[in-house]
Amino acid sequence: MSEYKNVNRPVRKKDAMALVTGKPVYTDDLAPADCLTVKLLRSPHAHALIEDIDISAAMKVPGIEAVFTYKDVPNERFSIAGQTYPEASPYDRLILDKRVRFVDDAVAIVAGESEKAVDRALKLIKVKYNVLEPLLDFRRAKDNEILVHPEDNWRSLCPVGADNKRNLCASETSEHGDLEKAFAESDVVFENTYHTQANQQAMMETFRAYSYMDTYGRLNVVTSTQIPFHVRRILSNALCIPKSKIRVIKPRIGGGFGAKQTAVMEMYPAFVTYKTGKKAKMIYTRQESQTASSPRHEMEIKLKIGAMRDGTIKAIDMYTLSNSGAFGEHGPTTVGLSGHKSIPLYNRAEAYRFVYDVVYTNYMAAGAYRGYGAPQGMFAMESAIDELAHMLNIDPIKIREKNMVREGDTMYAYYGEPANSCALDRCLERARELMDWDSKYPSKDMGNGKIRAVGMAMAMQGSCISSLDTGSVTLRVNDDGFYTLLIGASDMGTGCDTILAQMAADCLCCDVDDIIVHGVDTDSSPYDSGSYASSTTYITGMAVVKTCETLIAKLKHYAKPFLECGEEDMEFNGREIINTKNNKKISLKDIAYSSQNNNDAEALCATESHSSPISPPPFMVGMAEVEVDKETGKTELINYKAVVDCGTVINPNLARIQTEGGLVQGIGMALYEDVVYNEKGGTLSNSLMQYKIPTRQDICDIQVEFEPSYEPTGPFGAKSIGEIVINTPPPAIANAVYNAVGVRIRELPITPEKIYNGMKKK
Amino acid sequence: MDIKLWINGKLIKDSVEPDTPMLEYLRSKGCYSVKRGCETSNCGLCTVWLEGKPILSCTLPLMRADGKHITTLEGLQSEAEEFGAFLADEGAEQCGFCNSGFIMNVLAMKRELKNPTEEEIKEYLAGNLCRCTGYVGQLRAIKNYLKSVKGEAGNE
Ligand code: FES
Ligand code: FES
Repeated sequence: MSEYKNVNRPVRKKDAMALVTGKPVYTDDLAPADCLTVKLLRSPHAHALIEDIDISAAMKVPGIEAVFTYKDVPNERFSIAGQTYPEASPYDRLILDKRVRFVDDAVAIVAGESEKAVDRALKLIKVKYNVLEPLLDFRRAKDNEILVHPEDNWRSLCPVGADNKRNLCASETSEHGDLEKAFAESDVVFENTYHTQANQQAMMETFRAYSYMDTYGRLNVVTSTQIPFHVRRILSNALCIPKSKIRVIKPRIGGGFGAKQTAVMEMYPAFVTYKTGKKAKMIYTRQESQTASSPRHEMEIKLKIGAMRDGTIKAIDMYTLSNSGAFGEHGPTTVGLSGHKSIPLYNRAEAYRFVYDVVYTNYMAAGAYRGYGAPQGMFAMESAIDELAHMLNIDPIKIREKNMVREGDTMYAYYGEPANSCALDRCLERARELMDWDSKYPSKDMGNGKIRAVGMAMAMQGSCISSLDTGSVTLRVNDDGFYTLLIGASDMGTGCDTILAQMAADCLCCDVDDIIVHGVDTDSSPYDSGSYASSTTYITGMAVVKTCETLIAKLKHYAKPFLECGEEDMEFNGREIINTKNNKKISLKDIAYSSQNNNDAEALCATESHSSPISPPPFMVGMAEVEVDKETGKTELINYKAVVDCGTVINPNLARIQTEGGLVQGIGMALYEDVVYNEKGGTLSNSLMQYKIPTRQDICDIQVEFEPSYEPTGPFGAKSIGEIVINTPPPAIANAVYNAVGVRIRELPITPEKIYNGMKKK
Repeated sequence: MDIKLWINGKLIKDSVEPDTPMLEYLRSKGCYSVKRGCETSNCGLCTVWLEGKPILSCTLPLMRADGKHITTLEGLQSEAEEFGAFLADEGAEQCGFCNSGFIMNVLAMKRELKNPTEEEIKEYLAGNLCRCTGYVGQLRAIKNYLKSVKGEAGNE
């Protein structure tokens, strides 16, 4: 049982009952009825210049308020990536551009009183395009003569190896040890190439925002976002107006998974409101959310591993090519995770090298999706390790036990950070038991034309962006002695408002119900870089711990004249402060009232920020059992076991749901989710019919357990949970399929066709 | 066109365009629990009851409800709370955006199926997508809920 009163307990989410009873708490539920409807005219071409655009007929449609084209918007480039300034992502966007760079790129903004009027106006805009040859092969993008961003006002703010005249969004090399020597001394060298596809986050609530001017003449934007403070800066850059003129509010949001770490569409309604002074609302259709959004980066990963015959891994060489699409959002940063989160798993290697290029192409821009670049790297690494194990005739578990990172290690490929807390070995041991690996590995012929087999994968992630992510909270004592916790991090359904309140409650010796949480409003919430990079529990959680300490110190200071003693002789028990020498007390309630009378309310309010020089990785092991039809290649996932080390589990229910939900997204990525394009660059996966996400009936038995370590730098010993959980299914399932029928799938998704073709070839 | 219908028991007489979609109409009448998640009848977020039977309000023209009763989650608040508590105790309400449509179908299933098996539950709810939970927590909640209502029925 938990040693804490609130932490490590399955507390109900604070917003739960509102959500299950269907209360109007989301963006579109709150929007005023008289908002202008805002929609976009989109490009039919993957690459073209707008020669001429005629909006006169569209403007004549009754009820049309405005039509904007590239001629109406500022010519200052910006990035819509939600990252701390100066962003690693290049400034390569305009609100509307003369050059369109992918099929469905924005051409014109139409705002009108009704959807019908807007739809009619959209049809009446006449555009003459100079159609250009598109760049649709990301393997040939670097130094191609077709340039996606030839413009001179393109800018890269950080030294990430970007060069628009080479279609390079980023490039880098990092290494450790003597690679050549380590390969030369290896008994065997394994080499292969892996490919991971683009995926859509497919959160149930599509992108949406509405905007209005407030009493003070400021632009207010209510949006379904993970990054309210970044949205404020992005809009300020896009509209070329000061940040002080903008307020961003985040209500409840219907899922994000990283999609909403990019300000995909806030600029359109905001621009309409800014120009017309009128309320404006934009709701992306599912189709737009599928065709003009921010999916996972497609990557090709070449891996070369040197090892000794006994399975000792000596050298790892990785090259990742990442497809950023038409714009560079999160391009320079996602790619890093493909190596920095996979190579350190095999930390005993003497030497490693990690090289990458991120290129522009004429596809929809990629963005952030749970795991960032780690799932891509993990698929390559964990597939390759199994291939190596088979080559050496070693059990996949044995080769991992021999080489994996352990507590106390310095992780060279992870910026030299320490593994202060690491229960990966225990996770592996427990998963092996849960799966009954030893009796199931590698496979069993079921005698009915089907074979069952098991496969496994390890994974790690981070708990923040080291020395960059910042979380802050403000805590106030109110007149009855209850607290208000102002949070700048975005709860996107995952429950951060609740787990932060759990932590505060334990620090303040009170109940979760004594803590009121207030979600994000850039006017009143303290700064938080946002809910991404798995950072909320670890970073904002630590801000909560610090803020509570500061507040308690302030309370004690305030109590001095009442208790007539120094702070060192006081004790705070949650309800009162006690002079331990003479038992004299003053209640929190009395302190609160007194501070209001004394014009000293500030004394009872504290704000602290936190950032961390390290990003302690959570670790996990996933094991899949599949059944493959020897005739057709049809593959069924029978069961999945996952054991996770996320440090102290702050809320077991919410952590379990995160894990289950992430695993199922990973299973979709492994087996069928795929953003598919036609030869002209148009997205075929433009609906939930064409882009299949797992349904209830696709989901097998999933069993999740936690194997906690204690992270000394985390709040209550916690690390992160949100992202790591998507990483294991693609490699674990690929490895299981190989163990079943001897077919190695190196290109996701693992479809029956590919397995069938593989079996044919043998 | 003139239309007469009951929304959550309340009689409404209105004049609407013949192609008015039911989903947007219900929202315009304050039934904000009804959500849209797609344009291709794939997500189930928009599920409401027509004459007590679950339907997708995104695909049905409003005129089909002429003279009929529509029920949304706003009209089933106490049942929503009752089942929702089980969901909340698993943490399986998560972002909540799929919850209304999902709960409408769970409550319909409870009326329609006696002691459903796991397979029957999955089949009945197959059209309700959820991207947050991975469905496993929802299934635990349903099982606990059905157990509890069965227990109550047994005590009567
Ligand atoms: S809105 Fe998706 S099925 Fe109705
Ligand atoms: S809870 Fe978010 S989609 Fe189901």
